[in-house]
Amino acid sequence: MSEHRRIRIHALRHNPRDPASEPRLQTYELEEQPGMTLFLALSEIRERQDPSLAFDFVCRAGICGSCAMIVNGRPRLACRTLTRDFPEDVTLLPLPGFELIADLSVDTGKWMRALSERLAAWLHARQAEVDLSRIEEPMDPDLADRIYELDRCVECGCCVAACGTARMRADFVGAVGLNKIARFSLDPRDRRGDGDYYELVGDDLGVFGCMTLLGCQDVCPKELPLQTQIAYLRRRMARAGA
Amino acid sequence: MKVVYCDVLVIGGGLAGLRVAIGVRQRGLDAVVLSLVPPKRSHSAAAQGGMQASLGNVVKGAGDSEDVHFEDTVRGSDWGADQRVVRMFVETAPKAVRELAAWGVPWSRVRRGDREVIINGQRVTITERDAAHGLVAQRDFGGTRKWRTCYVSDGTGHAMLFAVGDQAIAHGVPVHERREALALIHDGSRCGGAVVRDLVTGELIAYVARATVIATGGAGRLYRVTTNAVICEGIGAALALETGVAALGNMEAVQFHPTGIFPAGILVTEGCRGDGGLLRDAAGHRFMPDYEPEKKELASRDVVSRRMAEHIRRGGGVPSHFGPHLWLDITLLGRAHIERNLREVKEICHYFLGIDPAKDWIPVHPAQHYTMGGIRTDHTGESTTLRGLFAAGEAACWDMHGFNRLGGNSVAETVVAGMIVGEFVADFCQSPRGNLDLSTALIADAVAAERAALDALLASRGDESADVLRAEMQQAMTDGVGIFRTGADLEAAVARLQELLVRSRRIGLRHRVDGPNPELVTAYRVRRMLKVALAMACGALARRESRGAHFREDFPRRDDARWLCRTLATWPRPGDSTPTLNYEAIDVGAMELPPGWRGYGARDYVDHPDTPQRAAQVAATRERLAGAGREEVQQALMPFRHLLPPRLRAGNDRLPESAA
Repeated sequence: MSEHRRIRIHALRHNPRDPASEPRLQTYELEEQPGMTLFLALSEIRERQDPSLAFDFVCRAGICGSCAMIVNGRPRLACRTLTRDFPEDVTLLPLPGFELIADLSVDTGKWMRALSERLAAWLHARQAEVDLSRIEEPMDPDLADRIYELDRCVECGCCVAACGTARMRADFVGAVGLNKIARFSLDPRDRRGDGDYYELVGDDLGVFGCMTLLGCQDVCPKELPLQTQIAYLRRRMARAGA
Repeated sequence: MKVVYCDVLVIGGGLAGLRVAIGVRQRGLDAVVLSLVPPKRSHSAAAQGGMQASLGNVVKGAGDSEDVHFEDTVRGSDWGADQRVVRMFVETAPKAVRELAAWGVPWSRVRRGDREVIINGQRVTITERDAAHGLVAQRDFGGTRKWRTCYVSDGTGHAMLFAVGDQAIAHGVPVHERREALALIHDGSRCGGAVVRDLVTGELIAYVARATVIATGGAGRLYRVTTNAVICEGIGAALALETGVAALGNMEAVQFHPTGIFPAGILVTEGCRGDGGLLRDAAGHRFMPDYEPEKKELASRDVVSRRMAEHIRRGGGVPSHFGPHLWLDITLLGRAHIERNLREVKEICHYFLGIDPAKDWIPVHPAQHYTMGGIRTDHTGESTTLRGLFAAGEAACWDMHGFNRLGGNSVAETVVAGMIVGEFVADFCQSPRGNLDLSTALIADAVAAERAALDALLASRGDESADVLRAEMQQAMTDGVGIFRTGADLEAAVARLQELLVRSRRIGLRHRVDGPNPELVTAYRVRRMLKVALAMACGALARRESRGAHFREDFPRRDDARWLCRTLATWPRPGDSTPTLNYEAIDVGAMELPPGWRGYGARDYVDHPDTPQRAAQVAATRERLAGAGREEVQQALMPFRHLLPPRLRAGNDRLPESAA
């Protein structure tokens, strides 16, 4: 008798570009190995059973945010999900809220780029030109750490997949968008103020669309303090809009 | 036929590619970036520990300068680097950190006053200067004489990539995601773009550009165990190689990182050792001081990895189901430090190993990590043999790393090369050399050739599996072209790879559609990867000496008399089964730092006949200019500043060493 479990992966299969394709679950059975992650399991399926199965991994180390998918009902980074933490049956669905490319592969890149453009989510420097030969501007070390805390978002899309508002309003900026605003508004190098941010997120597609269900906070793989950030941002935006 | 025209085509959306694109946009040119994945998912994000720049803000970095960074980098390279390029790099690195600070990177900052750190296993108190409070902080890394590695906790690459990615969006740089270059368009002397495949629809598109920049990163996936992301398959190098004209430099120079977690090979940062972590064996013994009394755990990576492999061979390894490994112990750093400065490490240990590194030792083993070799370029980043083709970052052999790269110098190279090469690419496009005169027939032929190759692959009834060939290639590289190399093992590896190359002509697919088809992608990539693998294996077989990360057990000494040169590999005829190797001499007479002992690792080497004379000249110049400023001395030894783009020529301000 084998010392290892047999596990069954039930993966959604669909190619939206193929008119004949109907969404369906396909089951793959394989032997679990010690330390097996969903990255290893899906790679083995592709190599040994079904070369057509589409999915996205890049760093396979929980850093890049490529591989978010719904694992037994919950958004997760598949690469750092160990099969041993699950029962024998694991159901994998593509992340909702994003355009499906095929099977478990979704287009988060396009969505995130559009979000960044819409929210002007880059640092708007106070100084037009910085003399790179000069000693850099000092910053309080604790403030730098607090900015990094919010800067850790990997744009994986889990928060959007877990968001009630995003289900109803496709254009909702999601926790990922609100967190970006919180991050730049915390940064003294950015010249924008609350009035500017109000123009970006002071409506139902922004911070006032949040219904406080906070699925985002529950599923964020980086454990970002989304609940707190959204609450503070809402209070400030209410003030800015008054 | 669909054609996209642009001034600059950048292949690769990581830090180097994005920074080049921003640079040329700032000069008023159109740039299009091709990326296999959304650019913020690029492997640059995995750089954890930091980037080297001689800011010297922390007290342990006081007295640092471009000079010290230069010498550390050249010693690290085992004198394989182009010293003028190293100078250009170390001069620009502080500017890159400051530019990134202005773009929003939340660099970890210096806090004034006392703090406890671990140095050589001992807890000591150091006092940071008031004047440095709030400036960008540095940590210790291997092979450096000063604390020089600027960092953002241990998510440095992520923070840099997001800041630069955001700036690319701000500058309106279009990124064409999930598109892959299959071949460069060229006429034998001038590169004019690439044939590109849309990975979602399967469509082929010609991108026609005045300048083409390859910034595709490394080739870790040629090996079975690597820290590299799954997209790091050496395809940029293969694109250049397949032109038959462009050359790859020093492909045998492959770095193995000491601390891949075992057995998955996921990286835990050198910052673990820089911050005071220790390597231990099966008995719990700290073994590195036995081998390397000077630098211990913080010798250069090639040396530490070799010592680890040696210690395992001597029976010091911890036996396990997957084979022997060693331990990385960071428990002595304390939970607060780990949770603040090594949080990615903590996450990785938690999710992949189920351990808490504040309490438990981390199982580690050296894993393939970095490709020092790449597309051979001159100091401007342009191929020395194919006009209009540029390369930047890990994909390039620029060549600032020689035969071993220092930790913290690669993520630094991405942005520094991006700043420098971006300017030269813009100069090229805005000069008569940048005019493009390629016939439309040539472009159509290039697309047709790729179309025919894909159609043949899709129709093939061949009996070989692309996945099997890939796995066998990875095994051949791991067995024969690893940390310790011998002539016999390398010959065997070359023979195996040649056999795989022949077999790769008979690949058959199980899944025959031209849309999203991972099997088709593996099939056309593995053929290209095998050529890059052969460039590595053949270069290693031919190089009968040991230098940096290239270690030949049958030729254990560095041999400057015969091998102070750069390997150049080309693939002139498509049907060849080996690359053609040539060599480019490295001129001792022009060196600012003539060859010598690195300060760690082996002490015996064969001198180049010109070394004593050059060493005497350098000593005489230093004596003659005693009392002159360090810049004047440097200028007399090896002028380089004129090689930099004008806007990057100014010096770098820093706190005086005596600042309180």
